[in-house]
Amino acid sequence: MKAGYDIVIIGGGPAGLAAAVAAYDSGVKDVLILEREARTGGILNQCIHNGFGLTRFKESMTGPEYAARFEREVKARGIEVLLETTVLSLNQQREVTAVSPEHGVFTVRAGAVILAMGCRERSRGALNIAGSRPAGIYSAGTAQKYVNIKGYLPGKEVVILGSGDIGLIMARRMTLEGAKVHAVCELMPYSGGLKRNIVQCLNDFNIPLYLSHTITKIEGKERVTGVVVSQVDENKQPIKGTEKHFNCDTVLFSVGLIPENELTKSANIPLSPRTRGAVVYQNRETEAQGIFACGNVLQVHDLVDFVSEEAEIAGRGAAQFVLKGAHPRESVSVENGRDISYVLPQKLDKNASGDTKLYFRVARPLKEIKFVLRCGEHVVLERKKRVAVPGEMETLLLKESQIKELSGNVTLEVVE
Amino acid sequence: MKHTLTCVECPMGCEIEVVTENGAAVSVTGNSCPRGKAYAENEVVCPKRVLTTTVRMTDGRMLPVKTNLPVKKAELLALMQTVNGLHPTAPVHIGDVLVKNISDGADLVAADNME
Amino acid sequence: MREYDVAVIGGGIIGGSILRELTKYKLSVCLLEKEADVAMGQSRANSGIVHAGFDAAEGSLKAKFNVAGNRMMKGYAEELGVKYKNNGSLVVAFSEEEMQAITALKARGEKNGVPRLEILNAEELREKEPNISQEALGALYAPTGGIVCPYGLTIAAIGNAMDNGAELFTEFEVSQIEKTKKGFTVSAVDGREISCKLIVNCAGYASGKIGAIAGDSSIRVGGRRGEYILLDRESGNFVSHTLFFAPTKLGKGILVSPTVDGNLLLGPTAEEIPENDTSTSAAGLASVLEKAKKMCPAVPVYNAITSFAGVRAYNDRHDFIIEESATVAGLINCAGIESPGLTAAPAIAEYVVGELVGKKLSLKKNENFHGRREAELHFQSLTVEEKNAVIAKDPAYGKIVCRCEQISEGEIVRAIHENPPARSVDAVKRRTRAGMGRCQGGFCQPHVAEILARELGIPFEEVKKSGKGSELVKGEIK
Repeated sequence: MKAGYDIVIIGGGPAGLAAAVAAYDSGVKDVLILEREARTGGILNQCIHNGFGLTRFKESMTGPEYAARFEREVKARGIEVLLETTVLSLNQQREVTAVSPEHGVFTVRAGAVILAMGCRERSRGALNIAGSRPAGIYSAGTAQKYVNIKGYLPGKEVVILGSGDIGLIMARRMTLEGAKVHAVCELMPYSGGLKRNIVQCLNDFNIPLYLSHTITKIEGKERVTGVVVSQVDENKQPIKGTEKHFNCDTVLFSVGLIPENELTKSANIPLSPRTRGAVVYQNRETEAQGIFACGNVLQVHDLVDFVSEEAEIAGRGAAQFVLKGAHPRESVSVENGRDISYVLPQKLDKNASGDTKLYFRVARPLKEIKFVLRCGEHVVLERKKRVAVPGEMETLLLKESQIKELSGNVTLEVVE
Repeated sequence: MKHTLTCVECPMGCEIEVVTENGAAVSVTGNSCPRGKAYAENEVVCPKRVLTTTVRMTDGRMLPVKTNLPVKKAELLALMQTVNGLHPTAPVHIGDVLVKNISDGADLVAADNME
Repeated sequence: MREYDVAVIGGGIIGGSILRELTKYKLSVCLLEKEADVAMGQSRANSGIVHAGFDAAEGSLKAKFNVAGNRMMKGYAEELGVKYKNNGSLVVAFSEEEMQAITALKARGEKNGVPRLEILNAEELREKEPNISQEALGALYAPTGGIVCPYGLTIAAIGNAMDNGAELFTEFEVSQIEKTKKGFTVSAVDGREISCKLIVNCAGYASGKIGAIAGDSSIRVGGRRGEYILLDRESGNFVSHTLFFAPTKLGKGILVSPTVDGNLLLGPTAEEIPENDTSTSAAGLASVLEKAKKMCPAVPVYNAITSFAGVRAYNDRHDFIIEESATVAGLINCAGIESPGLTAAPAIAEYVVGELVGKKLSLKKNENFHGRREAELHFQSLTVEEKNAVIAKDPAYGKIVCRCEQISEGEIVRAIHENPPARSVDAVKRRTRAGMGRCQGGFCQPHVAEILARELGIPFEEVKKSGKGSELVKGEIK
């Protein structure tokens, strides 16, 4: 291991691997990946279900298969990977301090840094759900690790809160392994999960989905013995008299993912309150020069295919930065208009070359709408859409010429 | 008979209506593409799924496995019994066939590399 | 049957401090704990405040031991390698009536011997705490107030006592205490027995029950449940002092305080409950949030990482009971030790051993007593050179298991093997903070469980979250 690298990538999951390959192929060969686990691939290693790669490769792969494809590319290029290496700190001078059993605590200087740390699950604690704290309460991803990696069944009688994709996937997974999933409860009046998962993970196994419901109490002293589930009103407050009781030994939480930006914050890199990831330009460069971000640490994606795409943008951006240095920016902001929960990138640099795909999410389920991007009164771009839901990312392609002509900040909004 | 289903071929998730007569689809509406039509026709006649699960290797590690083609949905739980009895030994690589023709011409294959 | 000079019943901060104090003398001592680990009662879930000593009535045991304990705490925590911070307390007044109340508190505190108390006006208060509500009119400032980790201190005191020869019996639920010629025979539900000359009853919520089992029915203990919400370390600097509401007819309200580990703590509620129930309630948590917002409207409640409840035992005399039983000779009751029990613990321990035990047994100094406990090895607090020296010796210290709190495998292994040994995931958590952070063990729990199985030599299926019946998984698949 050397004292400095052209590019240091924090995280060897799908984002980090794709970013490394793209950076290398853009002409920067001196790349180091720091991965905290004993193997690369990140969360894909425990996502043994299929459906990965449909958009990008037009085939349906399992998580490990999708990861293996990128691991092979990293290996073929001889890109250096340090495993069991946890990054402890980062600063805007692009000094990365990490620790591993083999090397102890060390600091590497990087020409450019790519943040690819992924995200974590919101825990039960963040929801302030009343009751006891016995064994048998897991986030869905933790249960997934127990089942798929460790080979243990966390419980046999299950209630799931949250219809995010991991929760849906685990409903099917636990059922296949012999558990009984009594209910999936969703606070919102719609599911945040992919349609495919509702059909194949719940409907296929007759698992009921209770929309506008939440768990209001967890019971049990040493082990979970049951939960109380209540319907909620439009303000998401439990409605008295709607309580249902389920006997169960396990409660899984699939209540959202949070980008893991502790390092980003420690380096004082500005974050967006909407995405909880860094504010970035088209090339996925953050407000800190030479520090880029991609994948779930930047915005929580629903498809790994988009993660790879975004990571490649960041990889190319970082390589450009290393090869050509910083260039003066002329930037405008992209604002979130009506019914738009966020747009990424949040900043457009008019001096950047190339077309830009805007990634965004709507704030609620919508039908027969138009996405309109305006710059003041001027409509830059618009596109019709039959159905849009918050759980599925939308995109709009903005031409380089359109960006160059912008006279100020732009707003993306939904018109019904 | 009228069936309503959600297409899962792409993230669009079209609501499709299929009319069947004597077990065969006679009309499909609501789909946006030919893949949706094919999906809906199969789904009402004989729904199929890819089975993804794990097997425990002789060294104790868990190996992800899958059927390389969809199998009958109704058979998934029964197939789990067969799959759970398998205990391959490393090394195993992606695509290695663990059970030839486990059902409907589909093979059970390894979905990860275990050295 | 194992024979001891003194058996301490109850492994909380009071029992733990007394146990450690006993090992300073040539005595054979043991600790009997009903749960699978120590610090499982009110020492597990309380505010962790080192009170200045202005709350209790002049002349009470509470006042006496609080002020004495406050003076001892810094040195005590340091000797035991536990983090302590003298952050100062503020009792905040929101009305003229409350301004009068805090002035009365100041006078009471001064009578109790609390140094340097000061009344701050609104401006001075806001200078100290910029996030305090605009409605606040002033505060009583107690610079000697502090914070400490209650279970950390308990575990360290018991661990140090064990290093000095004390024995620990966990899952020893006392079912019978028989008076013998030499003293007592104490039996557990599972049939285990020990004999001892003296019993120190520090059983917290169960101290009334233990007294009764021994033949003294004079102790009546009730339980008050307190619910808390803990916020991410990101919010740890939101306030720097411990903020109390002024006491009113409606009770004390809650506190908003940093913890010594850098989190922000909101709570507790105070609710009389008929049994030892540590579950939280929707109403309780809502009331914590409401009151916290009254104190600091901008309190970042979205940063909550967990909520929990503890049951504080109190007795009907409304002061600490620290005395030899009037009816059962040789039974020393330390019962219903509610707040400020944590602060008072080191002073209570000195008194109980020096005065009460000393009256019954001759106290000969234990020349081999070693009161220092190596500090918890917190990776973050070491220098790079120190970290690398540790990792070079044991590479497990270079493998981070808990990413949120940056806890290494080496620290976890150490907690499993040092006194008092960690036998469960929660026990590891209380000793190392692995799983205590923002993901609440989502990432590290399976790994911690694997380390426990390996180090304890047990199958994975037997690894527990906490006590009996709290196994993490329901068996192997396939």
